Amino acid sequence: MTGFPILSLMLAVPLLGALACLFLEAKAARTVALLATLVDLVLGVVLWANFDIGGPQWQFTERLEIFSGFSYALGIDGIALLLIMLSVFLMPICIGASQSVEKRVGEYMAAFLLVETLMLGVFMAQDIFLFYMFFEAGLIPMYLIIGIWGGADRIYASYKFFLYTLLGSVLMLVAMLWMVHTAGTTDVPTLMAYDFDPKVQNWLWLAFFASFAVKMPMWPVHTWLPAAHVQAPTAGSIILAGVLLKMGGYGFIRFSLPMFPEASAYFAPLVWGLSMAAVVITSLIALVQSDMKKLIAYSSVAHMAIVTIGLFAFNVQGLEGSMLVMLSHGLVSGALFLCVGIIYDRLHTREITRYGGLAINMPRYALFFLLFTMASIGLPGTSGFVGEFLSLGGIYQVSTWAALICTTGIILGAAYMLYLYRRVVFGEQKNADAAAMSDLDLREIAMVVPLALGALWMGIYPESFIAPMRADIAALDARLARAAPAGDSAPTPGKAKPAHHEEAAHGGSH
Amino acid sequence: MDWSHSLRLIAPEETLSIAGLVLLLIAAWGGDKASRLISILAVAALVGATFLVAPALCGGHMGPDYAAFFGQVHADAFSAFGKILIYLSAAATLVVAPTFFERLGAMRAEFPVLVIFAAVGSGMMVSAGDLLALYIGLEMNSLAAYVLAAFVRTDGRSAEAGLKYFVLGALASGILLFGMSLTYGFTGTTSFSGINAALAGGLSNGALFGIVFMLAGLAFKISAVPFHMWTPDVYEGAPTPVTKFFATSGKVAAIGLTMRVMFDAFGEQADAWRQIVVFIALASIVVGALGAIGQKNIKRLMAYSSINNVGFILVGLSAANEQGASAMLFYLVIYVAMTVAGFVTVLMLKDENGNQVEEIDKFAGLSRTRPGLALALGLVMFSLAGIPPLFGFWGKFLVFKAAVDAGMMPLAAIGFAASVIGAFYYLKVVKVVYFDEPADVVKGDSDIWHKALLVVTCLFISPLGYLLSGWLQHLTDTASTALFYAL
Repeated sequence: MTGFPILSLMLAVPLLGALACLFLEAKAARTVALLATLVDLVLGVVLWANFDIGGPQWQFTERLEIFSGFSYALGIDGIALLLIMLSVFLMPICIGASQSVEKRVGEYMAAFLLVETLMLGVFMAQDIFLFYMFFEAGLIPMYLIIGIWGGADRIYASYKFFLYTLLGSVLMLVAMLWMVHTAGTTDVPTLMAYDFDPKVQNWLWLAFFASFAVKMPMWPVHTWLPAAHVQAPTAGSIILAGVLLKMGGYGFIRFSLPMFPEASAYFAPLVWGLSMAAVVITSLIALVQSDMKKLIAYSSVAHMAIVTIGLFAFNVQGLEGSMLVMLSHGLVSGALFLCVGIIYDRLHTREITRYGGLAINMPRYALFFLLFTMASIGLPGTSGFVGEFLSLGGIYQVSTWAALICTTGIILGAAYMLYLYRRVVFGEQKNADAAAMSDLDLREIAMVVPLALGALWMGIYPESFIAPMRADIAALDARLARAAPAGDSAPTPGKAKPAHHEEAAHGGSH
Repeated sequence: MDWSHSLRLIAPEETLSIAGLVLLLIAAWGGDKASRLISILAVAALVGATFLVAPALCGGHMGPDYAAFFGQVHADAFSAFGKILIYLSAAATLVVAPTFFERLGAMRAEFPVLVIFAAVGSGMMVSAGDLLALYIGLEMNSLAAYVLAAFVRTDGRSAEAGLKYFVLGALASGILLFGMSLTYGFTGTTSFSGINAALAGGLSNGALFGIVFMLAGLAFKISAVPFHMWTPDVYEGAPTPVTKFFATSGKVAAIGLTMRVMFDAFGEQADAWRQIVVFIALASIVVGALGAIGQKNIKRLMAYSSINNVGFILVGLSAANEQGASAMLFYLVIYVAMTVAGFVTVLMLKDENGNQVEEIDKFAGLSRTRPGLALALGLVMFSLAGIPPLFGFWGKFLVFKAAVDAGMMPLAAIGFAASVIGAFYYLKVVKVVYFDEPADVVKGDSDIWHKALLVVTCLFISPLGYLLSGWLQHLTDTASTALFYAL
């Protein structure tokens, strides 16, 4: 496969599809969009099949010097590969979930395909400015998606989404300019190995943090997320939760950690603090929501906090765990938003109290919803468990307090998810219209089954997902080793304490 | 220095001046009936002059060999760059102007002639090498511009715009002249290179006042804060094609002139004026952005947007080096394209009777009734807001890169953060166009020339523009090298 520009092709397919959709009728646009995303999914599978695990760190690289100031450089490592797979996997489901969209279908599909191009671009870019362009450009189609096809408060939500994320990003751009000026290159792999002055690192780290924390989103700059989610159409929510939020985590893992290891260690307590606050506070907020989408949106913030806590654990476990949480959350929260969307399409309300007893008239729906609820809680055997366990195991080695408080998030997560499930699916059928809803049709089953299989696969045999990124995580861990903060868990070896003189000899042999 | 050499160097100006005079004669005999023909000939003359100028840019002309009339006028790559932009944007004005004026019954044969003379004056401004040439070019441009602003004589707003522009413009010229006289008094010369050499040893208080006053006068011409107050009124009142002319070729000329003066005449004292420029730049960014938020008229919004953009361009000036100058020129190219696209869109927004629709509220739901126009407006707005991957981002990127490379991190950080304020009002236009229910006011159609111009400029500001970035970067680098040749 060497030499074949498969990454460019993956970018071009949805882009061309987007242009075509602009000029097509509703029905044709749906078909084109579905085809384009399926082709990209096939290309993604080809990409994964050809990815050489244990091979060079950067594969499928392409480089074209057609611009001044930056180059068109693409390439992926295992981390990027997994996130690309997540994106191409979710996109056909998004298109399928958009069946209920009836106004301006061509533009809608075009916007989604454009989002796909830009998301993939973010994960593929090997030039820091190219990355920034893809990163920022996603704002435009998402702004339009929320603003045109959103719900009642869509205007407010779209402004909030746009301006919040833009403010974060421009500061990052200033930092990027400085880095390129100092290091003399725009090449991301080179910059990842460049040692910036630790004193300046703090400023650069903060500038990147401003952007990634908003995208992530971390408490307390998460407030755009519930607003955007509630107002976005179902597919918009899936993409927001499934992939766009991963850009923040990807940013940390690709830029903040390897480029500024000292600053990352310096600010790690800040991240822990914010993550701990996020886990507890947003979980409690989720507990009292009466709107299903808002509830899941807040649960996303809590899950993302587990991601950040794992990232800033500075060890392999934490890093792998946070990657798995990201992937799992992409599948599971996407699936949960899809589940909400399925009943929203029938009843046109997201109020939890308007439903009830769906297990009676929608048994298949209840089954899948239960599976995703359990995956979101982190039940062993589902995708949620592996990632959360590794993340929390990672942070335990560094900060037992952070581990303690973040673990309460699992309990709270179980509380709000099970409470949601009980109110929607169990209980008596007190609303006649909700009781009359039909069960999943073929199209909906075709959308939830792949997500369910993905969640189970990741839960039962996570090795498939850990293997491609193992070498990259190890490299990152080696890069971070010099700055990693000392842990307070003080693990002691499980053998009897040796005698005094032996201990000295033992220490010397290390 | 022989005269024939000098005369050869200013061939574009001669061509345009003679063309202007001949067209004036045709106008005198042909009357207003001939205005279409005169417009076409004027466009031909401007395009011809562009071809005459192009070799100086492509060949990278610079230095004393290309200074005409004892250094009064520089026909170097920098002037060529400015002139090409000026001539082309003047031609773009003439392409769309006749339709606009004919509907108002105000098309007169003098219009193209005035545009040509204004373009000649603008060309002189960017090629000035001496305070005298500077002032002649400036006034030639300004006097034509005052008349152009008041061109629709039956419209009170147009007359008001003309008068305001004239009174405030004259005041600014006075301030500039005062600064020039101080500079001359304290350096004993009017030539830029002479002034620069005289100030190399040190800066006396009098010369400092000279710099400050000249900068104030120039800030008026480029409509930078705190000398921006005239801009919204003039932009709103002047006929739309004229507004477009001011916002493109007028802006290029004024900024080119500012660069000439600041680098060629006061380049040795960059530290003295840098802090002033930093203040003006940040103030323009912030005030332009805040002022635009409440605007209901698209032309006023574009006026504030131009103030905002000037602020960004001045960020490049504050870097005070070749990279900064090159970034400013690059920004200007993109800005001109965005402005042309913006104003052509505004000109194409007509109701069923062919009247211009300028109220932003009336654009509501344009995306459903006129998707093409809505897309163009959306592109222009996102590009002006500097959102990648549109080309408008690259201009901002380059000026801030120049500032960062020159070690001005705080300026870059504050300026970039302030650009988010600007994004708010651009988003508002997109919101009205795309999110709101259709008001269905815009119905009129436009001719093929409007559409062609719009398509070309929109393609340029779309991501495809980046494909040209290498070539444009080469040109702007050449031009800025020529500007700094004397230093």
